[in-house]
Amino acid sequence: MSTTVRGPAIEVAGLRKSYRSKSGTQLVLDGVDLVVPAGTITALLGPNGSGKTTTVGVLSTLLAADAGTIRVAGHDIAREPDAVRASIGVTGQITAVDELLTGTENLRLMADLNHLGKSAGRRRATALLEQFGLAEAAGKPVATYSGGMKRKLDLAMTLVGTPSVVFLDEPTTGLDPRSRRTLWDEVRALVEGGTTILLTTQYLEEADRLADSVAVLHGGRIVAEGTPAELKSVHDAGSLDEVFLALTEPPTEEEAGTDAAAATGPTQDKENVR
Amino acid sequence: MTAIATTAPTTTARPRPVADVLTMLRRSLLRAVRYPGLTVFIVGGPMVMLLLFVYVFGGAFGAGVAPGITPGADGRAAYLDYITPTLLVITVVGGATSVAVSAAMDAASGIMSRFKTMAISPGSILSGHVLGFAVQAMIAVVLVLGAAIAMGYRPEADALDWLALLGLFVLLGICLNWLCVAMGLGARSVETASNTPMLLLLLPFLGSGFVPVETMPTAVRWFAEHQPFTPIIDTVRGLLAGGAGLEGSTAVQAVAWSVVIGVAGYVWARALFRRERRV
Repeated sequence: MSTTVRGPAIEVAGLRKSYRSKSGTQLVLDGVDLVVPAGTITALLGPNGSGKTTTVGVLSTLLAADAGTIRVAGHDIAREPDAVRASIGVTGQITAVDELLTGTENLRLMADLNHLGKSAGRRRATALLEQFGLAEAAGKPVATYSGGMKRKLDLAMTLVGTPSVVFLDEPTTGLDPRSRRTLWDEVRALVEGGTTILLTTQYLEEADRLADSVAVLHGGRIVAEGTPAELKSVHDAGSLDEVFLALTEPPTEEEAGTDAAAATGPTQDKENVR
Repeated sequence: MTAIATTAPTTTARPRPVADVLTMLRRSLLRAVRYPGLTVFIVGGPMVMLLLFVYVFGGAFGAGVAPGITPGADGRAAYLDYITPTLLVITVVGGATSVAVSAAMDAASGIMSRFKTMAISPGSILSGHVLGFAVQAMIAVVLVLGAAIAMGYRPEADALDWLALLGLFVLLGICLNWLCVAMGLGARSVETASNTPMLLLLLPFLGSGFVPVETMPTAVRWFAEHQPFTPIIDTVRGLLAGGAGLEGSTAVQAVAWSVVIGVAGYVWARALFRRERRV
């Protein structure tokens, strides 16, 4: 990775995003600032509906920011979205695999879309199938895979293009402990290889074990940032659970009146992405 | 160190739209092979209608489309002549209905979001479905025509007519597919994705598809004469009959309607594709 420019892989300043619908405008991100150094894992924590997925959506070019400057892998997201897309890999909350195709076909599809060339694409697909323990099921349609296998294939598909920045939006939700650990190992291996990872998760243990740095999103802003150890010592807490609960208390009614994002935030579950 | 760590980045931001469209077309065709349900529907629907309309209704209906014909076997032959072109057009419409389902499946499964975050030509994502189902529709048209011929249908088209037919079917297929991709993206769920396109299947009935428009009451007849499927079916019918009774203006209307449907569908599909979905 000698070509990697050292410095932050993700730089976000003043990111604002609201959704407009018939029922009005809902502010979700109200000035998010975030820096993720290259080659590190940052975990984004926050209550349901706090805007974690929206943040990943904006950083992965799926959603347009209303305001703010964002650089991913050294490219301005508004001016060079395609350069950003060529540098990133995204594993979203909903498993994004083609259920009708086999594991091999899914990976080759990604190789073709990454313009790897036929033989290089085949090698990459085979290597990833081995690496994720999917070699045996490689020729079977993905519809027959278990949830854990689909999630592994999903991540493998994200990695086909060797992205330098990887977004993982709740990658281990719904996985059994063994599958979760396998994914953690893969994530660690990625970072050892120089990849930068922004991870959202509901499992604070996951953040504690994996992340170099944790950012807590609440009320549309980052309310705390630091290493897991720093956050625990600042809040005099034994676990990230306690830190999380201290930082993300639902707003009182008085505050709710003035804080548009929080008013509809913590109690309301986020709608599923279609 | 893993394979990920040692492989140098090989991706570039250089757009390669042709390669991407071909990749997506390959995916669409591979899906058709893996999940033949939609394809069976595209071929099976018109075949059942052909059998039903010829062997059940044809004996009586034939006298209505070819005055002076005796009901029964002669009627059936006359009606087969009349509706084979209609059912070929309906086959193309059925293919378009399946495009809507495929587009809705992509949008629901998250794979469309994955494609959108990749450095690929955005147009390729929908074009793959449009072209893939156009290929399936053409194969289906050949199979339905084969069934009609087996039932006794005898087209009188010459080489030039066949070429014109091929061109019209390809054009109509691609244009209807763009419209139906938009309908699929606009659907609330995969289950309802084919509802709106199904309305298109009604149009041949409200036109010159199954009975001559002259036999309809004034209001229905006015609609029949001014809707796209009447000139399209009349053109197909004329070309299959070797150009007999086909007016140039009818053929121009058929092409013009197809283009209007295609452009409107493309613009609509592009707007829906670019629309931000709440995450």
